[in-house]
Amino acid sequence: MNNLITIFLAGILTENMVLSKFLGICPFLGVSKKLNTAVSMSLAVIFVMVLSTLVTYPIYANILVPNGLDYLQTIVFILVIAALVQLVEIFFKRFVPPLYRALGIYLPLITTNCAVLGITLLHFTKEYNFVEAIVNALGAGVGFLVAMVLFAGIRSKLETCDIIKPLNGLPITLIAASIVALSFLGFSGLVG
Amino acid sequence: MVFMEIIVAVVIVGIIGFIAGLGLSVASVVMAVPSNEHTEKLRAVLPGVNCGACGYSGCDAYANALAEGSAKTNLCIPGGKSTVTRIAELLGVQADDFMGKKAKVLCNGSYVHTERKIKYKGIPTCDAANMMYSGTSACDYACLGFGDCANACEYGAIEIKNGVAVVDPRKCTGCTKCVSACPKQIIEMLPESANVVVICKSLDKGAVVRRICDVGCIGCKLCVKVCQYDAITVDDNLAVIDQGKCTSCGECVKVCPQNCIKMTA
Repeated sequence: MNNLITIFLAGILTENMVLSKFLGICPFLGVSKKLNTAVSMSLAVIFVMVLSTLVTYPIYANILVPNGLDYLQTIVFILVIAALVQLVEIFFKRFVPPLYRALGIYLPLITTNCAVLGITLLHFTKEYNFVEAIVNALGAGVGFLVAMVLFAGIRSKLETCDIIKPLNGLPITLIAASIVALSFLGFSGLVG
Repeated sequence: MVFMEIIVAVVIVGIIGFIAGLGLSVASVVMAVPSNEHTEKLRAVLPGVNCGACGYSGCDAYANALAEGSAKTNLCIPGGKSTVTRIAELLGVQADDFMGKKAKVLCNGSYVHTERKIKYKGIPTCDAANMMYSGTSACDYACLGFGDCANACEYGAIEIKNGVAVVDPRKCTGCTKCVSACPKQIIEMLPESANVVVICKSLDKGAVVRRICDVGCIGCKLCVKVCQYDAITVDDNLAVIDQGKCTSCGECVKVCPQNCIKMTA
């Protein structure tokens, strides 16, 4: 149990997908302008991460490894995750319209997001078992949420700042992101 | 056997892909959301130019909003009166009043009237010319006359005459495509009932306008004084007519020293 808590916290703080692994930067920069879009996006990421782990882990362990095809994991995972997210979207549209509207455009957007693919691949380099993998995916998703919410706050402050012209827009956003990432370095050694 | 390994890899990935594809196509048929027939009928009535004049992102979006009952029936300007009545019939509601709008180019600065400050030989579009010292005309608010609006118009309603775009109100459907095509933003949508219009968008001071253009508004306020209905105001050196108050009496047209207020009808 302790082990699981450690994995969960590590996913949020020390091994944060965005701030220490630099995966999922495009949604991080793209939709962190407003808090509510940042939160919806992150919820979709959490959902897809856990779901794709649930599906890709058994495929990897039961189909790819016994046949010596583990080198094909990237291509197979992209295929499976993309199809899965589409399927879930169709399912939601038909049976859970409120959820469909809440996740909206964000669900298809992160179909083959690098953070989603990254987390499913990372389970195996760390040699997690099935339960640990799911907790890890959940932790990474929550970590994404934390990073997005933090950064949405910073960006809304940036909006009102008087920034010199060459740095205005994306440059200052990237600088701010790097400072946030540096600050997360302070957590290293805390868990894991 | 290397060959066998390749075959196994191809077969397994192929099977996974096939299952995924099959699953998706089955799901898209089994769980298809029955699309609203009502929406489709409404969509068929709309002209389908996706101009956005209604305020929705296109004809599909407007049809959806109509079906939900959240939109008024009189928003489709290109469709005109007939579309409004057909929408109202389909929805079974009273048709809202339709007020057509026509595009109007608010500049008279032809070659005769307005000075040119540069000889432009670049890419012959308004957009490109506008990037070069904001265009050929000495006036920053003048029509550039390269016809970006005419190219944007799907109905051939805009012609360039003497270096100024002119909208033919009989052909104009009010789709607003020219409005967004104009880099100078001097095309406006005016209600069909607007008879008296200030054909100028210059915010320059009177002295500047007088030096570079014969037909620009100089903000002299003669029209404001002569108007009995308080329909005219001068903001930022430019006369603006409140079409709601204007009675088309024509007094301002007579008094304007620059002849930039015109009777259109």
